This record gives sequence, structure tokens and C-alpha cells, in this order.
Amino acid sequence: MKSFSFERAQSPADAAAAAARQPDAKFIAGGTNLLDLMKLEIEVPTHLIDVNGLALDRIEDTEQGGIRIGALMRNTDLAAHERVRSDYGLLSRALLAGASGQLRNKATTAGNLLQRTRCPYFYDTNMACNKRQPGSGCSAIGGFTRQLAVVGVSDACIATNPSDMNVALRALDATVETVKPDGQTRAIPIADFHKLPGDTPHIETALEQGELITAVTLPKPLGGKHIYRKVRDRASYAFALVSVGAVIQPDGTGRFAVGGVAHKPWRVEEAESELSRGAPAVSQRLFADAKPTNENRFKLALTTRALASVVEEART
Amino acid sequence: MKFDTPAATNPIDQLKVVGQPHDRIEGPLKTTGTALYAYEHNLPNQAYGYVVGAGIAKGRIRSMETAEAKRAPGVIAIVTAENAGKLGIGEKNTAKLLGGPEIQHYHQAIALVVAESFEQARAAANLVRVEYQSEKGRFSLNEEKGQGKKPEDGEPDSAVGDFQAGFERAAVKFDAIYHTPDHSHAMMEPHASVAAWDGDKLMVWTSNQMINWGADDLAKTLNINRDSIRLMSPFVGGGFGGKLFLRSDIVLAALGAKAAHRPVKVALQRPLIANNTTHRPATVQRIRIGASQDGKISAIGHESWSGDLEGGQPENAVQQTRFLYAGADRMTQTRLAVLDLPEGNAMRAPGEAPGLMALEIAMDEMAERLEIDPIEFRILNDTQVVPDKPSAPADETDPQAKAGEGGNKDLPFSQRQLTECFRQGAERFGWNKRNPQPAQVRDGRWLVGIGVAAAFRNNQTMDSGARVRLATDGVVTVETDMTDIGTGSYTIIAQTAAEMMGVPLEMVEVRLGDSTYPVSSGSGGQWGGNSSTAGVYAACVKLREAVAQKLGFNADDIEFADSKVRAGNRSLPLKDAAKDGEIVAEDTLEFGDLDKKIHQSTFGAHFVEVGVDSFTGETRIRRMMAVCAAGRILNPKTARSQVIGALTMGAGAALMEELAIDERHGFFANHDLAGYEVPVHADIPHQEVVFLDETDPTSSPMKAKGVGELGICGVGAAVANAIYNATGVRVREYPITLDKLLPEMPDV
Ligand SMILES: Cc1cc2nc3c(=O)[nH]c(=O)nc-3n(C[C@H](O)[C@H](O)[C@H](O)COP(=O)(O)OP(=O)(O)OC[C@H]3O[C@@H](n4cnc5c(N)ncnc54)[C@H](O)[C@@H]3O)c2cc1C
Ligand code: SF4
Repeated sequence: MKSFSFERAQSPADAAAAAARQPDAKFIAGGTNLLDLMKLEIEVPTHLIDVNGLALDRIEDTEQGGIRIGALMRNTDLAAHERVRSDYGLLSRALLAGASGQLRNKATTAGNLLQRTRCPYFYDTNMACNKRQPGSGCSAIGGFTRQLAVVGVSDACIATNPSDMNVALRALDATVETVKPDGQTRAIPIADFHKLPGDTPHIETALEQGELITAVTLPKPLGGKHIYRKVRDRASYAFALVSVGAVIQPDGTGRFAVGGVAHKPWRVEEAESELSRGAPAVSQRLFADAKPTNENRFKLALTTRALASVVEEART
Repeated sequence: MKFDTPAATNPIDQLKVVGQPHDRIEGPLKTTGTALYAYEHNLPNQAYGYVVGAGIAKGRIRSMETAEAKRAPGVIAIVTAENAGKLGIGEKNTAKLLGGPEIQHYHQAIALVVAESFEQARAAANLVRVEYQSEKGRFSLNEEKGQGKKPEDGEPDSAVGDFQAGFERAAVKFDAIYHTPDHSHAMMEPHASVAAWDGDKLMVWTSNQMINWGADDLAKTLNINRDSIRLMSPFVGGGFGGKLFLRSDIVLAALGAKAAHRPVKVALQRPLIANNTTHRPATVQRIRIGASQDGKISAIGHESWSGDLEGGQPENAVQQTRFLYAGADRMTQTRLAVLDLPEGNAMRAPGEAPGLMALEIAMDEMAERLEIDPIEFRILNDTQVVPDKPSAPADETDPQAKAGEGGNKDLPFSQRQLTECFRQGAERFGWNKRNPQPAQVRDGRWLVGIGVAAAFRNNQTMDSGARVRLATDGVVTVETDMTDIGTGSYTIIAQTAAEMMGVPLEMVEVRLGDSTYPVSSGSGGQWGGNSSTAGVYAACVKLREAVAQKLGFNADDIEFADSKVRAGNRSLPLKDAAKDGEIVAEDTLEFGDLDKKIHQSTFGAHFVEVGVDSFTGETRIRRMMAVCAAGRILNPKTARSQVIGALTMGAGAALMEELAIDERHGFFANHDLAGYEVPVHADIPHQEVVFLDETDPTSSPMKAKGVGELGICGVGAAVANAIYNATGVRVREYPITLDKLLPEMPDV
């Protein structure tokens, strides 16, 4: 870990402005991802801005009938919130399928949105990695890729976004609210928030330098059955091989996003119209441009089967 | 004390303390965080070391730039092969523990940065710039196994009768290849050491299973006198074989302390452990079984290939096949290829653990082919004599001897309750509820199956010494360099001394893991429990003699009980013997060749029920049971802990554990505990352990054997067989992850 300076921000705008003053500044929320990466010198901020005291840790109702989730709300509190449990069960279930109780007590909404990939080569600083060191190459391609992405990949990077929460937010059409260093606020639809790797896998989101996430809003509840199916090699405390976050209506229609397959939570709206034709038809659309490796090709069939399991669960 | 004839009745047989389920005597220290593990020893003026691991698998360091690191805040010294002086290599090490300029494997230590704080050392370590000259390495067992050679040491091969002919002749034949991957010990406590020099005397607190081996090899590596080393390892947070040997943390802490002229502590960073230390090597195994239509095995062959660095050792995966099942025509063969991966070496039940993972699937497959119940098939081929090696010298006067081939007579097992393990387990587990037809039992979306496998591990013994002191207040203190790696050594040693000296457990103090104490068996190969307590027994016999003499008793009919010494109607408090000062006795239990005349093994049967998700192919274990016959159980509570831990580790091997090799770069890519998954609580819902009543007078005066490794032997195959029973999909390549099941699972 490189030495760094530290400050506590007084307000969201103040935090964003402080971050803009120092190009190597980073916000720190729960620290459960950032600190690990700093210890390995994969992240090397020279200045940390603690955003924990900004009163962004609550939920409020929106005029549109939805909810606004504070960026600093802990994953545990979010998952346990009464309105989330009754109206957005998918979000609650996705959160509880992730990490461990201790981690969720620290982890925040914004931190979870921005957690970085778990590609093993990203973590090993002896290995070339375009995400860690732009232009150095991708060691994963041609190597150990069992966990990595099967769709939306590029020649520069085949990493996945490992978050469970993001899968739920994508299926629920969340919007990310931010404040920029100049005080301007904006709302970024979740579909546009996470980027595909392309030639710039180090750029993972639509955020600009210094832009602070203040909240995530969800539109009014969808009803239906909320199911989060996370598939993994062990029963708990593991990242998803694939996961399916779905809201299925009584008439069999629904929407869903898939985790563990791409650089962002993977949702293809057109595929959802195929639901009545069964999981294989849906998968064909979902993975139309898939480029799996020999080691992770199984994720295609696995997603189909996980989807089938979700549809079956919704029926019963 | 020499042990070369079966033990007669002795004070241990009273079982007032030994054999009782006592809590761990050091338990409160552990649960309150006051047991000091290696890294928790704080010395005045100590500094911190951080290890730099090689970034290539094979080649040379072209240049190493340390100037910037040296200038970094807090840095005191940087140790490299260039400035460390001439180093030797430990007898039990294959690769150098401080590499350079030649690199022998990925993450081989090449530098230690010593600084005022851990954080400073870590930051400076990132400033060391190394340029390498990479060489092409051999990283694929599949590719290299053809070049595998017959290892020079041990007994790589065996042959009885004519396997080839026997197999050809057999009415029913089975022939299959199995794969087991590289495994990491993944113990909780990383390898860690704190070293301090006082002139040319070196003190090291470390985390090591074998104090004596460690001290010997440290002396060899540093080229210093063995007597100037004091190695201490009173608490070990798990080892599983990964801490049997001297490792880089010890050597680097010592070199760092020398360079810094201050005590230095070093813990191997978690991401370094998989590649820097040893691992269980992967195997490819071919098993052939020939049997008659009614299920009698006539021919059995087991070949195994593994790899290691030049000069390394094979994984002895054929071991159990020489002992487990009868059959006249037999062969085993072990081949070793050179691989430039990190050093392979022992991990919990080396040999039998991966060997049974293969053999016991093969037995299940063969039983199915024969249409015989898998338990009945095993019982049908049970044997009371070692089938592979009738090696006991022929006794000319014994008429039976002539019956044996080659003039040798059959070598019997001292105890062998394999059939009883299966019968009891079947009864308790509800084996009769198993549907022999696979993929028939459903519970909602789950396919449910039951599997079984035999457990087998040879019993090994090691000479073990101890010193016992009787203090004036009547407290008995045991000192031995034995280690407690979480196994319960403290407790069973205290129980042994309490039984021998007739005092309550609270009156015994146990001091372990210090090279100034008598050399013990150490902890490994499941020999530690039986051997180390036998050493304490021997020392206590001497102490009893000294006490008797001091109190003027005739040693023949003397009895030690209730903190008193009694003979006839004379009775004196034990502590009176130490009235004029502490009495000290020391002895070593030396094992003779009894195990050559009567073979000692431990046996068991594993039962597993799994559910396999019919959609996703995820396997979740529902319940496990182990029935073990392993001599006298010295403490049922600590023994049970050993077995449930072993079952858990076996479940990991079955379902998830695999060091993933990057064959381009030659390293284990998933080198942290996020990438190398081991079971968590949610994976292990219900475990039951049954110990059969057994005492084995041929093993030691304790009449005990090992259980810590027996518990893992066969678990993987029991899980694999349960998965087959649940799904009808046979996977011969561990771990059995869902991607291997899905292609053959029924559509949903
Ligand atoms: C062992 C382990 C297991 C895990 N398992 C899972 C799992 O199964 N599933 C899963 O989904 N996750 C898992 N996680 C990841 C975990 O969910 C994330 O670490 C956590 O959500 C990050 O939140 P945080 O608040 O601690 O973020 P931090 O570490 O504080 O920050 C993460 C990033 O977000 C930035 N940031 C923080 N707040 C803001 C803000 N308001 N505006 C702009 N940028 C901000 C930081 O600068 C940093 O770059 C696991 C983590 C660990 C360590
Ligand atoms: S897949 Fe992406 S994160 Fe992984 S090594 Fe390649 S560039 Fe880096």
C-alpha cells in the first residue's frame, strides 16, 4: 500500500469538489473492496475522501412511487429494509446471496455498484492486465478463464462484473444519481452505468473523475415473483458462476438480468419477450454474440438451466 | 524404552483418564485469544519482513533493482540470494527457500524487505524491480507423464502373481483412468516466524509440525550449528502437511534478523502460499480390476503418474491398493515426471487420499458392472492378510509357512474391522434405503443419492521422547517437542501422564513444541497421537520407578492412584517423593520391527448422501458418516474433531478444491482463498462419526493408532459415488463441479 492522505467530506458537493482537486483521489465507503486492492497496489490513490458521514445512508419514498436508496446505505440495512423486502424482494435476495454477513455490514450501495472484477490475473501484479495497466495485454485470454465472461467480451478483456446487487438493479431498472465536482447532479440509467470492456477495460462506468454517487432510485414496484438464483461451486461465500435475477408475472411474462457472464449485469430486453417459448429460446437471444472460452462455455448451458429453474420456481 | 513385543496390560488400560472425552486443556487459551501463535510473539525492537516472490516459473533473474526500495521510508535491510551468504539446502526441501539468480518455481522467495512496520515493508517490497530471463518449463502432467520415470526411492512398483494374464482371464473386466488435481493445504494460519539472534544463537518462534526436522534443516540451510538453534512452535493454526518442513518464512526471518541486527517477523502473504510452499501433487491413475462373475477379484492393477520438480517425490497413490482388497494377480506402478510447478509434497494422507479417490470410484463402477451391492462387493473381497506382500520371513517350523508363495508366510493385519465398519455404517446410515438404480430419487428439484467408500490408511509409528517432572507440589509437567496442530496433542498427552501417575488432569502441565525438549514423533502421517503419547508413557514409567525408589516401594505391586502411591497397605502422597526437590525422568519410546511381522493399518467406511440440483448440477452434501476402526481412541472428543475436519476436507476435494494451473506461465492462478475454494459451513450440514471398539497392542503401549488422516481417505469417492447414484453421471476427474455433470444431466 502506498501512503495516502485522508479527509472527511462535509457534504456530497464538497466531496466531489475535493476529489476533482486531486487526480489520484478516491472516495472510500465501506472500504471492503478498495482497501484490499490498495494493499496489493492495484489501486494506488494518493488521497482518500471518506464519504461515510454524508447522511446518505437512508431510504426514502419517491414521488413516482418508487424508492431512493442512499449511496452509503449498508448492504445489510438495505436487504433488511421493510419496503425493499416487500416491494423489491429481488434486490434483497441478491444482496443476501453476496459476500458474508460481516462484509455486508460494511459494504455500501455505491461501493457495491463499483466493486471491481475478480479476474485472478487482475489480482496478480506479475501478470499483464489491460484493466490494471492499460495497454499491457490480457493474461486471462488463453489462460485460466473458468470464472470469466462469455458475452460482451473484447480482445482486450474478458473480465466479469462480480456484483450480485447489480444484477438486481439492472432487472429493476434502477437509476444512479450523482453529483459532479461542479455541483451539477445527474441521473444515469443503470443500463448505461456499467460499460463493456472494448479497448478500454480500465473504464468501467459512466462516472467522471470526482463524480460522487449519492443515491440509487428504483421505479415503482413491479409486483410479480422476485427470484434471485445464484449458482456457485460452494453453498455460500463465493462469487456467482452465473446468476439470474428475475421478476416473473403471474401471466408468465417477466424481466431478468444475468450475472457472472459479462463485464456488466447482462440484460437483453428482446430476450424477455421469448420467455413464453422457454429458456433455450431466451438464451439464444441473450447469448447471440457470445464468445466463450473452452473453460467457460458451460456458462451458456448453465444460464439456460438456471433460467428454467427460475421460471419453474415462479410457476409453483 | 524399546517396543518390540505386543503390549501387555499396563496402567493405560485403566482408562480412568485416557479414552475419556475431555475438553481440550488449552481450549480456554484459544477461545480467549491468549494462546500465542508464532506471529503474535512480540519482541522488543522487532522489525517486519515482507517476502518478494518470483514473477516467473523458470529461468533466471537478470537484474534486481533494490535501491529505490532501500530508500523507502522505514526500510532497514533487504535480503537477497546475492547478499545472504552461502546457503545450503535442507534435506527435506527440493527447491531453494531463497531463490536467485536461478528461479525454480513461481513465487519462489527472491527477497525479503525488512522495515520498521509491516506496511512499510510491504510498500517497499513493491518497489523492488526484477528483470527475468524466462525459460520454457514443463507444466502439464498430461504432456509430461509419458516421460515419467520409476522413482529411485521406496517401493514404486509391486507385483504378485501375473497381473496381465490374470486380468485377461477374468470374466468381468474394468479399466478406467482417473484424475485428481493439485491441492493446497489452505490452513487458516499462514506460515509465520519470528526470529531473533543473540550472538550466534538463533531463536525462532514458528508454526511448524516437526520441530526436529525444522531445526535440522534450518541448520543445514544457514550452515550453522544445530545446537545454536532454538525452534519453538507451541501453537499451530493448522498444517495438514504444509508445515512438515522448513519453509521460507523461517529462513527469511532468520536472515532478515541477521541483516537488520534486530528480531524480525515474517508471515507468508496469503497470495504467496499456494505457489511458494508445497502442495499435494495432481495424479493421473489407471485402475484395472478383473473379477469372476460372482464378484471375487482375481486381478487388480493400479498405476499412478504425478510430477514434481527435479529431485522431488512422487505422490504414492497406489499405496492402499496393495493392502485393501484380495486378489491373486496384482500390480502397482508409480511414475514420476519432472514438472516445473511449485514443489509437491505431503498433504493430509499423502498417497491414500488421492489413491482412494480413484480406487473407490473404480470399486463402485465394478460393483455396478457385476450387479452386486457396492458394500457386499467390498466385503466379498475383504482379507485378513496383506494381499500384496507376503513378506514376513518364513518360519521353517511353521507348517503354514510353506503354503505361502516364495517361502514367505502371509503377513497378517494386527486388526482389520473393515467389514464391521461397513455393516455398522450401513445399519446406522440407512443404506437399505438407497435405490441401486441411479437417478431415481427426487426431492423437489433435487436428485438425491447415497454413496459409500472404504477408508484405509497405514499406521505409522515414529520414535518419540518426553521428559516428565514431578514438582514438590505434586504437579506433573511433561516436556516434549511434540506439536499440537489443532489435533489435541496437549490434551491426550496430559491424559496419558495423568493416567500413568494417578493424578487428576488438572495436576498435569504440558509444554510442547520447543527444540530444547526431548525429540518427539512430531505431527504428521497420523503417527503423532499414538507415538507421542507412547513417548510420554515411556518417560512416566521411568518417573514411576524413580518415585517408587524414593518412597521406598517395591516396584512390582505398586499402584499410582488418587495422587497417592500404594502397595499392599502402605500408601503415601505422590508429592512426598519430591519432598527434597523435583524428580525428573526422561525416555524415548523406540519402535522395533513389530510392524514388519504384523501389519498395522486403520480402516473405515464413509457414507454420504448428496442432493444434486437437477437444473444447475450444483451438488450439496446432505449428510456424512464415518465409521472408523483405528485402535484405541485416546480421546473421543478430539478424535471426532479430527474426523469431522477430515470429512470436510474430503468434501472439498470432491466438490471444489483444485489449484488451477496456467500452463503458459507455469503457476497456480487461483492463489488466494477467494480463488481456491474450500468448504464453508453451509456446505457441511450434518456429520456423524462412529469409532468401533478396538485396541491394538502391536501399535504401542497406548494400543492406539491414527485417525486424523484416515478420516479423509475415501471421502471424495463416497461423494462421487453418491453423485453417480443421484444423477447417473459418472465423473472421473476431480473436483466434481457442475460443468462436468451438466453435459450428461437429463434436460429440464
Ligand atoms: C471476501 C469477499 C467476498 C465477497 N463476495 C461477494 C459476493 O458474493 N457478491 C457480491 O456482490 N460482492 C461480494 N463482495 C464484494 C462486496 O460486495 C464489495 O466489496 C462491497 O460491496 C464494496 O462496498 P464498499 O462500500 O466497501 O466499497 P469501497 O471498497 O469503499 O469502495 C469501492 C469503490 O467504490 C468507490 N466509491 C465508494 N463510494 C462511492 C460513492 N459514493 N461515489 C463514487 N464512488 C464511490 C470507491 O472509491 C471504490 O473505488 C465480496 C467482497 C469480499 C471482500
Ligand atoms: S480479463 Fe480483464 S481483468 Fe482479466 S487479465 Fe484480462 S484485462 Fe485484466
